[in-house]
Amino acid sequence: MEFGPHLMIAVLEGAVTAAVLALMASGLSLVFGVMRVVNVAHGQFFMLGAVLAWAVSSALGGGAWGFVAALVLAPLIAGALAVAADLTVLKRVGYDPERTIVATIGLLYILQQAALMTYGPEARPVAPPFNTRLALPWVEFGPDGPGLIWPWGLSITSYKLFVMAAAAAVLAGLWLLMSQTRIGLVMRATQLDGETAQAFGIPVGRVYAGVFGLGAALAALAGVLIVPIQQAHYLMGGEALLLSFIVVIIGGLGSLGGTVIAALLIGLSDGIVSVFFSPTLAKILATLLVALVLVFRPQGLMGKAAR
Amino acid sequence: MRGGRIIGLHLGLVALLFALNFVLPAYSHGNIARVMVLATYAMGYNILFGYTGLLSLGHAMFFAAGMYGLAMPMTYLGLGAGPAFLSGLGAAALLALGVGLLALRTTGVAFMIVTLMFSQAAWLTILLAGRWTRGDEGVVIPQAGRVLLGLDLSSPQARYLAALALFSAVLFGTLWLMRQPLGRVLIAIRENEGRAELLGYDIFRHKLGAVVLSGTVSGAAGAAYGLLFGYAGASFAEVQYSIFPLLWVLLGGAGTVIGPFLGTLFMFYLIDLSSGLTSAYMLVAGVALVLLTLFAPQGLAGEIRRRWWRGLP
Repeated sequence: MEFGPHLMIAVLEGAVTAAVLALMASGLSLVFGVMRVVNVAHGQFFMLGAVLAWAVSSALGGGAWGFVAALVLAPLIAGALAVAADLTVLKRVGYDPERTIVATIGLLYILQQAALMTYGPEARPVAPPFNTRLALPWVEFGPDGPGLIWPWGLSITSYKLFVMAAAAAVLAGLWLLMSQTRIGLVMRATQLDGETAQAFGIPVGRVYAGVFGLGAALAALAGVLIVPIQQAHYLMGGEALLLSFIVVIIGGLGSLGGTVIAALLIGLSDGIVSVFFSPTLAKILATLLVALVLVFRPQGLMGKAAR
Repeated sequence: MRGGRIIGLHLGLVALLFALNFVLPAYSHGNIARVMVLATYAMGYNILFGYTGLLSLGHAMFFAAGMYGLAMPMTYLGLGAGPAFLSGLGAAALLALGVGLLALRTTGVAFMIVTLMFSQAAWLTILLAGRWTRGDEGVVIPQAGRVLLGLDLSSPQARYLAALALFSAVLFGTLWLMRQPLGRVLIAIRENEGRAELLGYDIFRHKLGAVVLSGTVSGAAGAAYGLLFGYAGASFAEVQYSIFPLLWVLLGGAGTVIGPFLGTLFMFYLIDLSSGLTSAYMLVAGVALVLLTLFAPQGLAGEIRRRWWRGLP
């Protein structure tokens, strides 16, 4: 294969990563933006989504309906767990930044160990509901002008396209929720100034619980979507957490648009880098580059300067 | 008077640890030596986090810099234990200077992430140079090289005493430093950066000093770990090892001299004891962390200070 088709594959693979990353990071960004809480356990909700997807779909005997049920149930369960954690722990430590970090590290250990004890150390796949291989055309300039060819290996599966579409739809829905509805208005008011919002009769405590649950549900949804591509494993939360941290910071804290752009940037560069270069060296360079972006633009790509 | 009691408390801790050397059974003896080295790491972390108020998630790179700064020249250049320890310190100090110069341009969460990413890059570099560092497998430091001033550091007694010496040096060093003008300025920066700046202190230089000092002490702990336990591995540079000192310090009490030791001791034995009882030791650790944040918000030493003894340094 030539360079062009190779690049195209890298971009497509990167786009799948970016879609999942954008979902997960938007949950983290929402929680940080509204509650000013750095949720270290966020990666474990992603893992929980993936593990629950396996549990639900295998309980229903696999197949397309099992996957659909997982798509609905896993985020709900993860969200409910997160709401419970918020009410029992985070609320009681008063969302103090340092204490929430310790508390969420504790939560991380608990969730990870619970997954290990119930689900086990194996990595398990879930069959995608549909997985047609779609060959893609490529333009080639022959002696008699440009023409379409179908290089072998240049393809994507219908499931991967579905992941991108689903992520885009959910993110659009989230944007509509934040910008167009009363719920979004309440969340934005709480984000801007919790005390004043409280004075205007907004139940800030319930908003916080809801936002924490919504953030966890988004991570779990990302986890469900990735399982048919990447198998569920109880340790999968760590790297996902690091990547979404990076995305959120690069994008600018609390900015949904910035988060999506940063997810595309990181996902695509990850895809391209791992197809063309030595993975470790490329990762080092990418990591340093991202760190330097932050050093010279601390507020992130789309963030406003600190208030 | 107050000063006397404080010195007494810390001298008492060191004396207790020294006395324990003669009574502890072999297993605990080794454990406490390890805890003292790790507590030195936590004290180094505390200089930056507890006293200056900068939350770094990248201290594993300083720990690893000390460790590999010691292990590499020992393995490939045949350097003796003393010079190798110094080269470990130098490596950590240089790295801290470079990272500090860049990372201190950011504040808050961005500082946390930038340090985390530099640390990830450092860890990946160790893996990339696997031909020399042997990656996750790690290098074993030959026993013949682990002799300092005629003491064979691989023997339990010498190891314990060397760990105690390092631990007490850093303990009293921190205690002394925080009563010096420099330490006072660091605390002032933690409490109110803007006001400290108004008073005419050069914030950036003080913070940089804190990063270098904290990184060097962490590097000393890393080098000592390599020297005393004869092993350097890439797992010591992973994110986990950046989170540990944060946990130890928060559990023990940030901004207290004795807190990092209490936190390290507590976590170490919590995991050690619960992993003896059940395979679900992470669950126990997780529940303990959550309970401690709920009921001892300022850490163990912080709670003692809040409830019984306000003057605890």
